[in-house]
Amino acid sequence: MSNLPFLTLAELRSGYSRKEFQPSEVIEAHLKRIEALNPELNAYLEVFADGARDRARTLDKKLTQGGPLGPLFGIPLAVKDVLCVEGTKTTCGSKMLEPFIAPYDASCIRRLRDQGAVFLGKTNMDEFAMGSSTENSAFGPTRNPFALERVPGGSSGGSAAAVAAHLCQAALGSDTGGSIRQPAAFCGIVGLKPTYGRVSRYGLVAFASSFDQIGPMAKTSEDAAILFWAIAGHDPKDMTSSARPVPSLEALLGQDSRRFRLGLPKEYFVEGMDQEVRDALLATLANLEGLGVQVEEVSLPHTPYATAVYYILATSEASSNLARYDGVKYGFRAKDADSLLELYELTRAAGFGPEVKRRIMLGTYALSAGYYEAYYKKAAQVRRLILEDFTRAFEKVDAIVSPTTPTPPFLLGEKIEDPLTMYLSDIYTNALNLAGLPGMSLPIARTGDGLPVGMQIMAPAFMEERLFCLGSLIEELTNPPIRGVPFDQPIA
Amino acid sequence: MAWETIIGLEVHVQLATRSKMFCACPNVFGAPPNTLTCPVCLGLPGVLPALNKQAVLFAIKTAKALDAQVHPCSLFARKNYFYPDLPKGYQISQYEQPLATAGKLRIETSGGTKTIGITRLHLEEDAGKLIHEAEFTRAGASYVDLNRTGVPLMEIVSEPEISTPEEAMAYLRALRELVRYLKVSDGNMEEGSLRCDANVSVRPEGSQTFGTKAELKNMNSIRFVGKALAYEVERQVRVLESGGKIAQETLLWSEKLEKTLPMRSKEEAHDYRYFPEPDILPLTIEGEWIEALPELPWDKRERFKQVYDLTDEESGILTEHPALAEFYEALVDAFPNPKAASNWILVELLKSFRPKMNRLDFFPAVSPKRVARVLSMVEEGVINQNTAKDLLARLLEEDFDPEAFVAQQGLGQISDEKALLAWIDELFERHPSQVNEYLDGKEKVFGFFVGQLMKMSQGKANPRLLNTLLKQKFDARKGAF
Repeated sequence: MSNLPFLTLAELRSGYSRKEFQPSEVIEAHLKRIEALNPELNAYLEVFADGARDRARTLDKKLTQGGPLGPLFGIPLAVKDVLCVEGTKTTCGSKMLEPFIAPYDASCIRRLRDQGAVFLGKTNMDEFAMGSSTENSAFGPTRNPFALERVPGGSSGGSAAAVAAHLCQAALGSDTGGSIRQPAAFCGIVGLKPTYGRVSRYGLVAFASSFDQIGPMAKTSEDAAILFWAIAGHDPKDMTSSARPVPSLEALLGQDSRRFRLGLPKEYFVEGMDQEVRDALLATLANLEGLGVQVEEVSLPHTPYATAVYYILATSEASSNLARYDGVKYGFRAKDADSLLELYELTRAAGFGPEVKRRIMLGTYALSAGYYEAYYKKAAQVRRLILEDFTRAFEKVDAIVSPTTPTPPFLLGEKIEDPLTMYLSDIYTNALNLAGLPGMSLPIARTGDGLPVGMQIMAPAFMEERLFCLGSLIEELTNPPIRGVPFDQPIA
Repeated sequence: MAWETIIGLEVHVQLATRSKMFCACPNVFGAPPNTLTCPVCLGLPGVLPALNKQAVLFAIKTAKALDAQVHPCSLFARKNYFYPDLPKGYQISQYEQPLATAGKLRIETSGGTKTIGITRLHLEEDAGKLIHEAEFTRAGASYVDLNRTGVPLMEIVSEPEISTPEEAMAYLRALRELVRYLKVSDGNMEEGSLRCDANVSVRPEGSQTFGTKAELKNMNSIRFVGKALAYEVERQVRVLESGGKIAQETLLWSEKLEKTLPMRSKEEAHDYRYFPEPDILPLTIEGEWIEALPELPWDKRERFKQVYDLTDEESGILTEHPALAEFYEALVDAFPNPKAASNWILVELLKSFRPKMNRLDFFPAVSPKRVARVLSMVEEGVINQNTAKDLLARLLEEDFDPEAFVAQQGLGQISDEKALLAWIDELFERHPSQVNEYLDGKEKVFGFFVGQLMKMSQGKANPRLLNTLLKQKFDARKGAF
């Protein structure tokens, strides 16, 4: 088997520029690996084998002809099935959208295409990005490449597993409460949730509009930076996207993070944090201190409210965002309805899975007359306090660090019947979505059982460069570098 | 018992922007179903709204003209409900913190002038249209046309300060005229670019509390609003006087039955679950977005009365459309007889303008300079009124130089006394009995002679001169006896 899939995105870029290999070889090597491993992992819902081969052949010619190559020339990417790719199915892991074919490209997809990327396929996810294990997919769960009986995390579990198993160079995910960072941690890869407004959401099927962000999932911090840089920037089609200029790739990777002051939030060290996770974080911080980084305690006093506030606001927005799936225009439609009301009821009863229904009901309740003030409005006020917590903390430190998840990846089926426990696997990640700030998870260790442990770095708004630079520094500390599943480790 | 009527109006105005509120689809009426749509207005998964700045500018302009307070920061909100003509399952509207509040509109009724308060003015998007097969055949299918989805709407809510159906009609006329003046909407109720819902209640005169109100919908012209309100007020009084109670409900005006009918209750009773629209950041109004207003209709009307010495009615009609007012002023500029200019427009030209005057792009299809030349020729005695009427009618059809035409066609009126006297003599010879009748005191036959002489001169005889000469001739005959 070719070793091309085991390269990093950055290595692949320099290989192309030296014409060491052709896009077709790279794409073929990845497709072979997908063919061999995807049946077991269920990371991809759909593989664009023919489309990717065609595109690769076009790029081969371009490489032979010479001339400038796009920044992502010939890079094979996977796309979470929540993003619209023109002419392909966009199911969001739901029966509701199983027949839906997107007639347009998401803005980030268009940008990547223009820069030479090759899309290998669409990856599995929790239905409408609601979940932390990818078990809520209507098309079966994805398995963790490190331990097939375990979950890959979610909701971007398919993308995380595909990157970790070297079934693509990097992938796009979406993060509403931790859906990039938590699966990245569970699958031993790097996952970035950018600042809210940094990446256009146009073409991202909405879960909670004021939280959702598209972000890169990759093998290294540098790879994440490259993909982030490729998709970031203003888009007139998304009014919430920022007009602030995007730094150059060099600037994103060129900061000296040895002078950083890091904050460790005391409120995060609560019951439920796994001992091995805690030890791994503290060991990494001790190593960083050895390089000159300063670590101090900070306080984020409203942390205990974050999960409740998150579930009120995100479900409220979701209840409205998912109203359009009514069986009238596209997607699934229940048969044999006798009236309009029945068409709505039967379609939505059969088209949505239990977690999606639970959240629609939660959100509908929170917005209802008589409850709006007590739930939605109050939660919106506390959301502001949570942002203020971070703003104050960032007056003292350059970045805040924490575990990404309280535990290593859990077993398939372990939490699916207990939504509240499931929700708690996002306790360290959802506050950042409430505040709209950037955060990145990167692998820092393996547990005794060989399971990945992730660390989360959080930065002030639009300071993603701090995440990439500190991430790269931490990667230098781990030797050999952790890049997904070790090549010599057979999956399954 | 004497009853007092309380009416509040909610008016939806479709804004005449080139594209829709949140996407680039054209904003035009009457295209084949579902041809003016894109992923955004179809509400496909993943799309986002991009606010049309022109719609915001139009709404600000209207708010300013209504003397309302434009808020430096306003919010969009989602109004959630399920209906097949609403593809997203929510309408983007404004709820808390609308674009503008606290305005006023002056109306003119037979009772005089009155000022109606404007509670709020906000922006929202229109929904699509359902077409029910049952309206055409017995089959039960319904079809959805989403061309109208996302057309920008401005909602203007009045205070409950309207006291009669007549006032309600005057309010709508004033509002329609205003949006046309500002060129923000064609204000066409038949095509639905101006729509009106009314809240109406009655209470015993002198009472301080409001009665239970009913909401009236489906009134497709200003006249229907007047009829529906009059019917509803009478119905409510009848119910109350017979000891009944008014139900708080939505009623539809049926033009066919000439009565209001209750809407099926299933279609109302919504909890709209309003919350701030997360896809649109708070709208901050920048200073330069507030443009200077054109002269407003009521100001123009007053000026016309003062400057051109016109009656209320004359200035009212001439200022109905800004293009007509502009035409009038250009005409007076070249033909400085304001009263005569007004008469000629109202009597001869208006009926040909009328059918197009409900369009924003209405423009009088005749040059005011040409019309001025025709009227000057009348004043100078070159042509008579009938010739002038013919010329104006021709000018409405095609452009030509009226003076050259008159000269070329020999249309100038005949003021040659000798010629006229010769015709009179000829006529007297041909109709001696009628001459005698006149001389016997039957003055009615005078008209017969005028008519005959006009015929002989092919309509070109100077009528005033003709009258004088004819009289002189008769007088001479009288003297001869």
